Amino acid sequence: MSYENRYSDELGQDPVLKKKTARRKKQELYQKTAFLLIKLSAAAAILTLIIIIGDIVLKGYPAVTIEFLTRMPVNQMTEGGILPCVIGTVELILLSLLTAVPLGVIAAVYMTEYAADGKIKCAVEEAVNTLAGTPSVIFGLFGMALFIKYIGLPQSLLTASLTMGLLIMPVIIRTTQEALLAVPKEYREASRALGATKWETIRCVILPAAYSGLITGIIISVGRAAGETAPILFTGAVYYYPKLPDSVFSPFMALSYHLYVLATESMNIELTRSLQYGTALVLLAIVFSMNLIAAGVRRHYKKKLSSN
Amino acid sequence: MNATESKNAFSYEDTLSFENAIGFENKYLYEQDPAFSPEMNRKKAIEVKDLNLWYGGNQALKKIYLDIPKNKIFSLIGPSGCGKSTFLRTMNRMNDMISNCRIEGKVCVDGENIYGKGIDVTGLRKRVGMVFQKANPFPMSIYENIAYGPKIHGVSKKEIPGIVEESLRCAALWDEVKDRLKEPALSLSGGQQQRLCIARTLAVKPEVILFDEPCSALDPISTGKIEELMAELKKDYTIVIVTHNMHQAARISDCAAFFLSGELIETGKTAQIFENPQDKRTEGYITGRFG
Repeated sequence: MSYENRYSDELGQDPVLKKKTARRKKQELYQKTAFLLIKLSAAAAILTLIIIIGDIVLKGYPAVTIEFLTRMPVNQMTEGGILPCVIGTVELILLSLLTAVPLGVIAAVYMTEYAADGKIKCAVEEAVNTLAGTPSVIFGLFGMALFIKYIGLPQSLLTASLTMGLLIMPVIIRTTQEALLAVPKEYREASRALGATKWETIRCVILPAAYSGLITGIIISVGRAAGETAPILFTGAVYYYPKLPDSVFSPFMALSYHLYVLATESMNIELTRSLQYGTALVLLAIVFSMNLIAAGVRRHYKKKLSSN
Repeated sequence: MNATESKNAFSYEDTLSFENAIGFENKYLYEQDPAFSPEMNRKKAIEVKDLNLWYGGNQALKKIYLDIPKNKIFSLIGPSGCGKSTFLRTMNRMNDMISNCRIEGKVCVDGENIYGKGIDVTGLRKRVGMVFQKANPFPMSIYENIAYGPKIHGVSKKEIPGIVEESLRCAALWDEVKDRLKEPALSLSGGQQQRLCIARTLAVKPEVILFDEPCSALDPISTGKIEELMAELKKDYTIVIVTHNMHQAARISDCAAFFLSGELIETGKTAQIFENPQDKRTEGYITGRFG
């Protein structure tokens, strides 16, 4: 008998070692199962995304022609293009960002940099969290009640953008707050030690260092502003408007609402199937390209700020 | 000691040995002698009188009296938590940013009490610069890092490139970075980043520079460069340095003060503190019996 065999025989008979080996095997099994589950859920998420996007791209691709993008809808929206919806959606996104980003950033700066820890700050933070989780239809109704019934604005692009701005503001506030909190304390100290005031420190050091987090907030907001239908339903988006919006006070068509109308309320739902897919594809493309721009800006800042 | 002798004791070194001879508290009784104080004042960059500091209910500095001479390197030594960093931060009022911190007593920079009424804290911090333990360049380019201070203090745009070059030269960094001023400061090595921070402090033209353990995160070569730099800087600036490294204190500083649990135990010329400490506790710390 060789030395090795004898050794392994002895090992095999040792009860303590046997127990240890069994335990280790059990642990390995656990680990493998856990990894498998994690991989499966990741795969499920990616697969769902691929199926949805793939379906829309495949079925919508033939419908998207230059004419589709540059013409008005005709023949009771069963033919023609979606130009007013594209313009309406892009304007809606930009205008709601224009209202929500400055206000949201200022609120976040106040809450992280100026407000003293206490009940009021805590209450405001809870309020922001609750707002972020409030269903969009509530925002729509609130926007209608406040801007249209109370203030007396018309059903228009402006009103819809203000309402949408309210909806995305909590997201902007929260992401900005997190970005500001992630700026290392050392930067603040260094700036103050050079004789900078608190505001100079925030403006010149902290906000620039937080840009990339801020842009993440904007990316999330763009997706919501483009997709949410309830907030604009009561405040400005219309079933059919034969002109391009000529001012912020005119009603407008939006891709999300147009899609809803085509899919549920049009004269002939089957007939417009390809138009529906085309509209969905264009909506996706708009959100995606805006995110791409934002990600590009974020990368530019990261590159400028740090070594990698 | 009598009055005639004291009138001759004009140089700072003599004063130090005199202080140590008569004991610390007595010195301040003595200092009220009008014949003595003008000369002292001219040589003092910072003068601390009866300084007490609390974090909440916890007293972190107890009755500190200390004079810091001009154009010298003054090191503050002592074990962790003894209050030396806290003390350093009282000199440019960085403790103001801590909400439960309370300070009593006087800290005079150039004869002016910085805890007095109507003091412009940002102006003070311009005069008393600070370099931190961890190199903390801003996430901007090398150039912008240096230009930041002069910019916020309203220096005209034309002068800034000159200030940037001069500051980088003073911090012995110019030759290493002159071709890459537009690159991010965070791409520099740790030692270069710390010299950049020194250059950034120099750019606002302070009188005093506070160093809070500036070399504790650096390798010996970078440490050597910073020490050389400090020796160079003391010609134009007063330097106060907190250090854990006893050898460093002995190597570079002219004067030293030993802190223990919020109290100033002993101060004097570095050579004296290290070779002939008057207090048992100082001796114990320096010879490595505790701390």
